[in-house]
Amino acid sequence: MITVEGLTHYYGERRAVEGLSFTIAANEIVGFLGLNGAGKSTTLKVLAGLVIPTAGTVTVNGTDLVAANAEFRSQIGYLPEDPPLYREMTVSEFLLYVGQLKGRSAAEVQAELPKVLETCQLAHVQHRVIQELSHGYRKRVGIAQAIIHRPQLVILDEPISGLDPKQIVEMRQVVRALGKQCTVLISSHILAEISETCDRILVLNGGRIVAQGQESDLAAAAHTAGTRITLQVRADRALVEGALRSVSGVQKWDAVEEPGGLLKVHVAMDSDQRESLVAALVTAGVGVRRVVEDESELESIFLGLTQGASA
Amino acid sequence: MRGILLVARRDFAAYVNTIWGWLIIAVALFLDGVLFHALALTSTAQYSADVLSKFFFNSGGVALGVGVVVTMRLFAEERQTGTMVLLESSPLSDRQLVLGKYLSAMMFMTLLHALTAYMPAMIFVNGKVGIEQIAVGYLGILLMSSAGVAIGTWASSVSRNQILAAVLGGMLVLLFVLCHWLAKVSDAPFKELFANMAFYAKQFAPFEDGRVNTENVFYFLSVTFAFLTLATQALTARRWE
Repeated sequence: MITVEGLTHYYGERRAVEGLSFTIAANEIVGFLGLNGAGKSTTLKVLAGLVIPTAGTVTVNGTDLVAANAEFRSQIGYLPEDPPLYREMTVSEFLLYVGQLKGRSAAEVQAELPKVLETCQLAHVQHRVIQELSHGYRKRVGIAQAIIHRPQLVILDEPISGLDPKQIVEMRQVVRALGKQCTVLISSHILAEISETCDRILVLNGGRIVAQGQESDLAAAAHTAGTRITLQVRADRALVEGALRSVSGVQKWDAVEEPGGLLKVHVAMDSDQRESLVAALVTAGVGVRRVVEDESELESIFLGLTQGASA
Repeated sequence: MRGILLVARRDFAAYVNTIWGWLIIAVALFLDGVLFHALALTSTAQYSADVLSKFFFNSGGVALGVGVVVTMRLFAEERQTGTMVLLESSPLSDRQLVLGKYLSAMMFMTLLHALTAYMPAMIFVNGKVGIEQIAVGYLGILLMSSAGVAIGTWASSVSRNQILAAVLGGMLVLLFVLCHWLAKVSDAPFKELFANMAFYAKQFAPFEDGRVNTENVFYFLSVTFAFLTLATQALTARRWE
């Protein structure tokens, strides 16, 4: 269990984060979202034991960051955006070194090594020099160094940045496998990835947590209530706009021309008025080919939350 | 202690498993050899003890220069390559990190000095020197190297890149070397202070002649301790920034 209470950090006079409080349960995979400057990096550095916070407490299974700093750090695995690697070493040598650096004995690390190599799909390159590995493999070695000492919490900062689609799929498998062994906190700008791999999401804005929960919880918090639909119609633009204006509850729309004289129309309504809308269009002589309700995507939720909070 | 040795072993391996470390050793041995031939092995007749003194004088200077080059990478390179986070997020204390780094550089310096041993040995061919003078000379070189390495370790701990670390470390070492010149142009109380701080003229000179004075040993150990403590504080300060 990771507990953060009232975490505040200032760089001189500048506030980076203030009053951050959240908990993460064991074996949970949590996504950490925030715009640049939201305080994400500072929070990750504090959780990794790199920075002592100005105020607040951070504990991992009861071990306090400030009171027992060394013990706290031994329970954390951290992968920054650029994996920290000694490139002249082989994968095995490097992992053996890092495992011992994190406080484990050589025998313990040797025993753990095969499992870690398997989890990170690195067994076939374990004797290769890191310098020779591709970017994707280096990311995996970065994850391997973060888990070689069997930490309670693994922090992954942008784990899929720079990876190709195949490597992204493989990395998802690695992250899911990690979730069975320890708690994982992922920070990423790629929201689809967060949505794909995380059990829960924390949204940080202006140094504060503005929402947390599953994607559906965030959608509610983002006030994305109402209905958004996409129509495909065959008609003149003016005809369509005239029909849309006649329906109460239609807030805004935009239309994009498509090949074959078709129009793709995005409509936002304050409530579900689909029947009235289609009736109005058909009455006006518009050929309605398709009506689809838009799913609330994480991008729009995230923007709703961060814009709402900063407004 | 285990953590200190772990860091020291890896860093020492990084020196000797790359061309970089052997290049430094080759250049240092070349300089030592040239200076030994040009300044110590002169055509005029000399006492063997004087030849040995000149060897230690030259070798000490080379050692200080090498110390700056070797230490500039200790922390600055880790920052440049992003691997500092491995050390900072480990359970090792800042003091352990500093001592591990310092020890690795001293292991390298000891290897370098061991490889210069053929030069004093050559004096035995046509001359006669005491083993004690050789041992004391090397003790002095190691102590002065220790002080130089500690200064370089501190410079590296406060620098974002290796060039800056080398410049900062080099300037400080040069200051300690040239202190006796400053003493000549200063008034009391700085005159005495600078004279006593001088690495060569005051503190290392007795070792060249085979004399061990407790005050000289204490001085070099004090400089070492002071700069390693400063380096530790520099690392700790970053956690609280």
